[in-house]
Amino acid sequence: MPKSAKSSAAPATTPSAAVTPGAATTPGAASPAAAPVTAAPLTAAPVRLAVRKTYKLYIGGKFPRSESGRTFVVDGDNVALASRKDARDAVLAARAAQSKWAGATAYNRGQVLYRIAEMIEARRAEFVALGVPDAEVDATIDRWVWYAGWSDKIAQVTGGANPVAGPYLNISAPEPTGVVGIVAPASLLGLVSVIAPAIVTGNTVVVLADAPQIAITLAEVLATSDVPGGVVNLLTGRHPETAPWLASHDDVNALDLTGVTDPELAVEWERAAAGTLKRVIRPSGATDFTADPGLRPMTALLETKTVWHPKGY
Amino acid sequence: MTVTASAELSDLRSFLHGLPGVDKVGVEARAAALATRSIKADSKAAAIDLAIRMVDLTTLEGADTPGKVRALCAKAIRPDPADPACPPVAAICVYPAMAPIAAAALAGSGVHLASVATAFPSGQAPLEVKLADTRDAVAAGADEIDMVISRGAFLAGDYRRVFDEIVAVKQACGDAHLKVILETGELATYDNIRRASWLAMLAGADFIKTSTGKVSVNATLPITLVMLEAVRDFRERHGRIIGVKPAGGIKTTKDAIKYLVLINETVGDEWLHPDRFRFGASSLLNDLLMQRTKLTTGHYAGPDYFTLD
Repeated sequence: MPKSAKSSAAPATTPSAAVTPGAATTPGAASPAAAPVTAAPLTAAPVRLAVRKTYKLYIGGKFPRSESGRTFVVDGDNVALASRKDARDAVLAARAAQSKWAGATAYNRGQVLYRIAEMIEARRAEFVALGVPDAEVDATIDRWVWYAGWSDKIAQVTGGANPVAGPYLNISAPEPTGVVGIVAPASLLGLVSVIAPAIVTGNTVVVLADAPQIAITLAEVLATSDVPGGVVNLLTGRHPETAPWLASHDDVNALDLTGVTDPELAVEWERAAAGTLKRVIRPSGATDFTADPGLRPMTALLETKTVWHPKGY
Repeated sequence: MTVTASAELSDLRSFLHGLPGVDKVGVEARAAALATRSIKADSKAAAIDLAIRMVDLTTLEGADTPGKVRALCAKAIRPDPADPACPPVAAICVYPAMAPIAAAALAGSGVHLASVATAFPSGQAPLEVKLADTRDAVAAGADEIDMVISRGAFLAGDYRRVFDEIVAVKQACGDAHLKVILETGELATYDNIRRASWLAMLAGADFIKTSTGKVSVNATLPITLVMLEAVRDFRERHGRIIGVKPAGGIKTTKDAIKYLVLINETVGDEWLHPDRFRFGASSLLNDLLMQRTKLTTGHYAGPDYFTLD
């Protein structure tokens, strides 16, 4: 196998990249190297071609390519480049899943979140291979377990019976905001720190993710963790292309801009969200995801419903 | 009588069975190919407005109440209250019992009132009952009648009986337009659909309609293509223009636009008019309104901003 001719042309990070389909699309890779491959003696042992993963989107529990058919290359991997139509499809999927997810018992949601933690544990090596430090994987798993525990407690902490001056039973109960659009931070821990609080409270999310390989590997975790399809939808691509459509979408109830690094874009998207009176989460300054998040990420995506019920005589 | 006098009527069976068979693979491939056509920007805006004007806004539930019918009529007249430029729909389609309420609500609006009749949806009732049903609906103010054919008789090969029933209902309609529902989902083959289309047209139908919306297979593109070909050929032969109404299962703007493409490519733009083509639908209208809002406002619309029915 004459590897030298090809590997010089392909800017690949792995040695096997020279014979993969991905490398063939690289400019210049197809030219002079093709002939020696076909000219290899028939008696030689067959060369095994590596089967490399195309990182696709995660919408409605499935892994579709972008509706636009576009991909972009990240660290030598082909990654789907989401279009605004993909964002719209993801919102549809999130909306369709929302009432059932919110209607599941808190106990059940907690179990599902705990299961996610288990599955990350099982795929630890995969995340480490993508460059996530061991300590961060630990922190990520702990974060899921921490939020899983809150599923049946948050309503008790943020809601309850209110003392009122009248013959009424007055109760406040937190309810999910609905469909949440999230521009996620690049790290695994950051990604989990914005998804987990949103879904544990019964929301469904459309996430615009950075670090596509890590995000889609997390999607593979979610797909095998009893998370109903559509509860979490992950899109990879260029945020300025898709985020404005989420921000202005009538059927998105809240927008989390935690992962936006350019303050001007954040202002622009917050403004777009104002047209539909969305809740917008925009932390001032960088967030330290290793710190105890507190209840704020969860309460930010809850609406309080208060019921007055006449007491009988 | 509007039926064209011709040799076809003297031997209905030989005529219907002499119609060329439908190429199943061909018609499905043709419909699928036309469904890939992309309609964008200004053409899309025009297509959405046309589709809204073609909607027969339908409620055919046992649970229909006067209040629901009145609400639906208000929506038919002004589908998007936020935008006066949004056109009204073609008609409201209700059960005969609800026709008086709808007639009062629609008076003077220009929106037609269609009522299903003839023992909808099964059609399994004596002819006298069907005719009385029709006369009642017309008396209540319906100017369009959606009748069902006797599929049992048709499938048994008793074409003459089906034919005579349509003729009798047409007479009972008086000035009201008659839409004949073939219930294509129960006719099983494209050949039967072509035969039933011709039978209904020869008997005097003003429209041929695919389905009641009450069986598992409703309107599909290939079925509508077969019916459009039938109205095209009928016009060539007899000079009379018949309308087509697919009903049931058309839920999205994308679906509706596929039908518009199908019309344009099969019978031409003469049929791109609410007098020639209708959509029998309920949830379709909201999707059309959402897509329309997307085009006028520049951002995606959500179902929360439109009425449920």
